[in-house]
Amino acid sequence: MTAAGPPRLRRHPWLAILGQAVRTPRGAAGLGLAGFVALVAIAGPAVAPHPATALLTFPFAKPSGAYPFGADFLGRDVLSRVLDGGWALLLMAVSATVLGIAAGTAAGISAAYLRGHTDGLIMRTVDVILAFPQLVFALLLLSILGPQLWLIVLAVGLTHAPAVARVIRAATLDIAERDYVRAAELQGMRPAAVMAKEILPSLSTPLMVETGLRLTYSIIIMSGLAFLGFGQQPPAANWGMMINENRTGLPLNPWAVIIPAVMIALLTIGTNLLTDAIGQAAIGVDRKPAEAALLGDLTPADGPLVNGPVR
Amino acid sequence: MTEHANGSPARLDVRELEIRSGRDGPPVVSGISFAVRPGGVLGLVGESGSGKTTVALALLGHTRRGLSVTGGQIRLDGTDLLRLRPARLRALRGAAVSYVPQDPAAALNPALRVGYQLTEVLRVHPGSTADPAARIREVLREASLDATPDLLNRYPHQLSGGQQQRIGLAMAFACRPALIVLDEPTTGLDVSTQRRILDTVRQLCRGYRVAAVYVSHDLAVVSELADEVAVMYAGRIVEAGPAGGLFAGPLHPYTRGLLAAVPEPGSDRPLTGIPGQQPAPGRRGPGCAFAARCELVLEQCRQQEPELIPRPGAHAVRCWRAAERSAGRPDLPRPRAAVAGPGPAALLSVRGVSARYHGVPALSGIDLDLPARGCVAVVGESGSGKTTLARCITGLQQDWTGEVALRGVPLARAARRRPRQALRQIQYVFQNPYTSLNPRKTVGQIVAEPVQRFLGLSRGEQADRVAQVLHDVALGDSFLARYPDQLSGGERQRVAIARALAAEPDVLICDEVTSALDVSVQAVIVELLRAAAAQRRLAMIFITHNLALVRTVAQTAVVLRHGRLVEAGPAAQILAEPASGYTAQLLADSPRLARPGAQPAR
Repeated sequence: MTAAGPPRLRRHPWLAILGQAVRTPRGAAGLGLAGFVALVAIAGPAVAPHPATALLTFPFAKPSGAYPFGADFLGRDVLSRVLDGGWALLLMAVSATVLGIAAGTAAGISAAYLRGHTDGLIMRTVDVILAFPQLVFALLLLSILGPQLWLIVLAVGLTHAPAVARVIRAATLDIAERDYVRAAELQGMRPAAVMAKEILPSLSTPLMVETGLRLTYSIIIMSGLAFLGFGQQPPAANWGMMINENRTGLPLNPWAVIIPAVMIALLTIGTNLLTDAIGQAAIGVDRKPAEAALLGDLTPADGPLVNGPVR
Repeated sequence: MTEHANGSPARLDVRELEIRSGRDGPPVVSGISFAVRPGGVLGLVGESGSGKTTVALALLGHTRRGLSVTGGQIRLDGTDLLRLRPARLRALRGAAVSYVPQDPAAALNPALRVGYQLTEVLRVHPGSTADPAARIREVLREASLDATPDLLNRYPHQLSGGQQQRIGLAMAFACRPALIVLDEPTTGLDVSTQRRILDTVRQLCRGYRVAAVYVSHDLAVVSELADEVAVMYAGRIVEAGPAGGLFAGPLHPYTRGLLAAVPEPGSDRPLTGIPGQQPAPGRRGPGCAFAARCELVLEQCRQQEPELIPRPGAHAVRCWRAAERSAGRPDLPRPRAAVAGPGPAALLSVRGVSARYHGVPALSGIDLDLPARGCVAVVGESGSGKTTLARCITGLQQDWTGEVALRGVPLARAARRRPRQALRQIQYVFQNPYTSLNPRKTVGQIVAEPVQRFLGLSRGEQADRVAQVLHDVALGDSFLARYPDQLSGGERQRVAIARALAAEPDVLICDEVTSALDVSVQAVIVELLRAAAAQRRLAMIFITHNLALVRTVAQTAVVLRHGRLVEAGPAAQILAEPASGYTAQLLADSPRLARPGAQPAR
C-alpha cells in the first residue's frame, strides 16, 4: 500500500486513483462512452454536413443518403443537429458541476472545521435548500426570471451545493480532528489557510467521486430542463429539446428522437461507470477507513435525505 | 532446542517453520524452531516487523491474507497442525489452541453480552464440559472476576479495559486448551492493571499446565513472565534460551542493543538505541539480517548467515562472533556526569489550571514551574489529565481557568488569540507521528512551514535552515522530498521534532512522543531530544506514562492522577522515595527488566 511510487503520483494521489480506475473494465467502458459523447459534442459543430438550422427537406423525412438519420419536424438534418446540439449542454453541465462542487466544498469544509454557530447556520441552510426538489427549484427560478442560460447554470449549480456540502462535511469532520491540523493551528495559520492547505488536499478522493456524481446529475437535469423548454431557445439545436420537438413524429422518423436520447443516455452511463470505478479504486489506493466508508455509502452521515433524485 | 532441558516432553514443538508472502515470494519468517513444555511460558520478543505476530498466528493454523506457510511443522502433543484439514483445525481452535488478542475491546463483539460470548465458546466445543454454567463461573473466578449475573449481562463497553482482558483470558481458558497464544495482551493497559493481568496469566498457565506463547515487544514484561525467551529479528530467531540466562548474558548484538535501550526507573543513564531499520522481507541480503546495524560486523556477516547454534549449558544464538563474546553483563553506558543544572527563575509557570472535558473535570488546580533549560516530566496513567494539561498550555484547549505565563507574561487561553511570537516560543510534539504529519506534504514542506511563518528569513536562508534542522535530527537531505508514508515511525517522529525545533522555541512540550515507537527507536528519540534541548538551551515538558523514562530525561517530575497533582519534586527523589502511596504503587507495578549484572535500582 505504501510502496514508493513515481513522484508525480505521490504528489497527486488522485492521478494514481484515476489511472487505476481507467484500467478496470468498468472504468475503461465509462471513459470510452463518456469520451465518445464528449468528442461528438465538442468536434460535432465543425464536422456537421449541413447547417443545424437550415430547412433542407420535408418534415420527418426518412433516412436517406444525404440525411443519414432523416429530418426533424421542420425538415432539418437530424445528424447535423445532433452534432451541433451537445456542446452547449455539456458546457452548461460542467459549469454547473464546477459551481456546485466549489460552493458545496467551501460550505462543507467551513461547517466541519469551524463547528459551532457557523456549522449550524450552514447546515440548516442546506436543509432548507434540500427541502425543495432540485428540478422544481430550478423551474421556479427560471419561470420567474426567464430562461437565461447563466441562470440555468446558477440554479442547477446552487442546488447541487447542499448535497456536496453534506458529503464534504462528513469527510472533513474526521480530517479536522487529525493532529497535523492542530499543528498548523499552533503555527498561527489562519482558519482559511488551514482549510485550503491542510484539509482540502486530503479530500481529493471524496471530491472526485462527488464531482463524477454531480456531473451525471447535471447532465440529466440540463437535458430535462431543455426538454421542458428551459434551455437554449429554438431554433438552436439541443439534445434535450430535440426529443421534445420530434416526439410527435416518432412513427415517421424515430431517429430524430432516438439519436439525441441515446447520446444523453451514453453520456450519463459513461460518467456514472467512471465514477463507480474511481470510488472502487480509491478504496484500494488510500485505505483510510473514514474515506472508504464514505465511498462505500455516499449517504451523508448527518441524516437521511427526504428528496428523490438529489443525493 | 526441540528436546527440553528438563526432559519433559514438549507440548508445543515448532520446527523449521517458514512463511512466505505468496507461494514463492520472499520469506517473511523462516527457520523458526522452538518448543514449550506444559506449564511453560515462551516469550516471543521482537520489534514491529520482526514477524512475531506472524509466527503467533501460525500457531493457530492461521496466516494473514497474502501469506502462506511453505515449510516446517507445528506439533501440538504430536499432531502437526499444518497438516490438518480445515474442519479438524476449526475444532481445535478455541478448544485445544486458544488466542488472547492485543485489543480486547476490538476482539469482543460490542453487540453481545459478555455472558453470551463466554458460553458461545463452550457451545461451539460441546465436548469440553458437562455443565457450561458451572465452568464459566469457575473460569471467571480463576480470571479474578466475579461471575455475578450483573457482570455477565453487561456489554463489553460497560467493562474497564482490565475487565475486558480478563473476559478474553476466561474465554481462552474456558475449554482447557493445551496451547494458548497471547498477543501483547497488556498493551494499552495501565501499569497496575497490567501487573494484575500478568499475575493472572501466570497463575492460569501454571494451573492448567498449558503451553503459553507470549508475544511482546516489551522486554521487561517478558523478563517477568516467561521462563524461555526467543528473540526475533527480521523473520529469524536470533537468540533463544532460558529467560534468566538470556537477560543476564545476552550474546547477540541485537539483544544487547535492545536491552540497553530499555529505560530503568531508578537510573538516569543515557539510553542507547539501535540506529537503522529492520530490513523488510525481500530486502534481506544473503548474510546476517542485522549486519547493517551491527557494531561488531565482520565481512563474513555480510556474506553468510550464521546458524542458530545451541550451546551446552547456555542459550542458542545466531551470531558469528558469539563464541568470542563472553556471557557477561551487557555494556551499559555509565550514568552521565552532572551537567549545568537548570536556571533558577521559572520560564513557564502554570498556576491553578483547571479544565473540563465534556463537562467532566479533567484537571483541577494544577501548578507547575518550568525553569529555563530545565525539563519537567509529567507522569500519569491514561485519563490522568496529562494531555489536557499540555493542550491548555499550548492553547489547543480553550475553556480552562487559571494562568499560564511565559517569562511572567500571561498567555491568552486560545492559541489563535496569542501573538505570533508566543506561538513560536512554545512548540508541541504530538504523541502519534502517524497523524501529526500531513500525508499530502513533503518533509521539506512540513519543516519549512514554521521557518517561513516565524523566522522571517529569505528564501535561500529558509532552505538552509530546513536542511540544518533536519540534519540536527539525523535526517539527511534525501528526506526533503519524501512523503510521510515513505517513512518509518521513528523517522516520522524526527520530522515532527524537526518541525518543532525549526520554530526556535524556548519551550518544547513532548506528549508521549515515544509511546507509538519500538523500544530501540524510543531510545534514539529520547537521546535526540535531550541533545537538542541541551544544544539549543530549551526547556522541556516531557509527558509520559512510563516512569522508567522520567529520570533519563527530567530533573523534576510531577505525578497526576484523575486531574489532580499527586506529587511534585526532584525526579530522583520521587523515584527513590515516593511520598504518595499512588506513586509508590505505580513504581512497584512497573515491569522491570531482570538485569542481574546491572546496577541496582537505587
